[in-house]
Amino acid sequence: MIHYLPILILFFIALGFALTNVGISEILGRKRPTKEKLTPYECGVEPVGSAHERFSVKFYLIAMLFVVFDIEVVFMYPWAVAFKSLKLFGFIEMLIFIGILLICYFYIWKRGGLEWE
Amino acid sequence: MDKELFVFLIIASVKIFIVFNVVQVMVIAMIWFERKIMAHMQVRLGPMRVGFHGLLQPIADGIKLLFKEDIIPAKAEKILFVLAPVMTLVPALCTFAVIPFGEAINIFGYHIDMVITDINVGILYILAVSSMGIYGIVMAGWSSNNKYSLLGGIRSSAQMISYELTIGLSLIGVIMMTGSLSMVDIVNAQSKMWNLVLQPLGFIIYAISAIAEVNRCPFDIPEAETELVAGYHTEYSSMKFSMFFMAEYANMITVSAIAVTFFFGGWHGPYLPGVVWFMLKLSFCLFGFIWLRSTFPRLRYDQLMHFGWKILLPLSLFNILITGLIMVVRGL
Repeated sequence: MIHYLPILILFFIALGFALTNVGISEILGRKRPTKEKLTPYECGVEPVGSAHERFSVKFYLIAMLFVVFDIEVVFMYPWAVAFKSLKLFGFIEMLIFIGILLICYFYIWKRGGLEWE
Repeated sequence: MDKELFVFLIIASVKIFIVFNVVQVMVIAMIWFERKIMAHMQVRLGPMRVGFHGLLQPIADGIKLLFKEDIIPAKAEKILFVLAPVMTLVPALCTFAVIPFGEAINIFGYHIDMVITDINVGILYILAVSSMGIYGIVMAGWSSNNKYSLLGGIRSSAQMISYELTIGLSLIGVIMMTGSLSMVDIVNAQSKMWNLVLQPLGFIIYAISAIAEVNRCPFDIPEAETELVAGYHTEYSSMKFSMFFMAEYANMITVSAIAVTFFFGGWHGPYLPGVVWFMLKLSFCLFGFIWLRSTFPRLRYDQLMHFGWKILLPLSLFNILITGLIMVVRGL
């Protein structure tokens, strides 16, 4: 675990640096707020409604597909590390695994899960 | 044992100090180089006034941003709005912990590796930490309470997670050949031949995905000025804006460093010391980013997502299978 200590140090330095940056402009920058300055930018006209609106369901779908496929990727990493000792057995195992993955992948494709119209 | 730990931490701290400052200087230098190279490619001069050929321009810009008014929109979610740039910048700076930048040296009897820390899951660490930056972008997009920000934030995150898949998959070929996730082991395995020669398809997939991952041209749809103003950081000003900027450039350096480590043989090279070779290769990759930006027009968003999911993803799976097949046939 000793090898992870420098990462912790770096993390705190980076955090300190980022927080200093946030703080320093708070202190140095002048503040003259007006009502117009504090409204969200919308091409110069009065903002219409709230910005927290509903957005396309496509993005949820992408997020879900990402979770599924990313787990496959994470699963492949230990396999890749051990590949030299698994030899042919490991290759056939991965062939089956990727085969099942591809069936699901083409199912998603055919059902229109990857389309952006 | 205690003395050993103490020495280890002292050496690590010195290395962190050096790397952290080098990264900062590189970010500043990158901004200057980008403006200069882009200008000359477009037959302009670029910044010329501040210092010799505009060399001090990024510093002048930094000072200007430092003294700018820090606007937080009245309807913004204050805490998330302030936290978002921190959340983007910190992971971008933390990834440099495992990147090997030179061969090991001996000073005063101590063996010093030219990497802040050599953990055995190096590349997994980078992928895990760098994807934390997406939280910052989503937070920025949501908390600004601006429609452009929200659209930009959502588009950015969808693009980044899509291309993260292919980044992960494109590196597996190299890991299969090396049999280790440690960045140092991967560099050492390339002392004879670069992985670029053995994994050309992997490199092409990685290069495209990496450009999309850091939202650079021709994949800079989240920041498409013509439709989204400035994307997720439309409402940001002052140092908070520059933090997003810094994070973007730090991420560019990170993905270039991964490319150098995985495909260009890391710090290996004849005659010159390893650190110089590493910096040369890194500069070449970073120059590639600028070159692409001034060459290609921007893609449409649906084209981008189609390309990622329908072409790159199957291609990267194919690359893994081909690598495995060749390794099995050649008896490893």
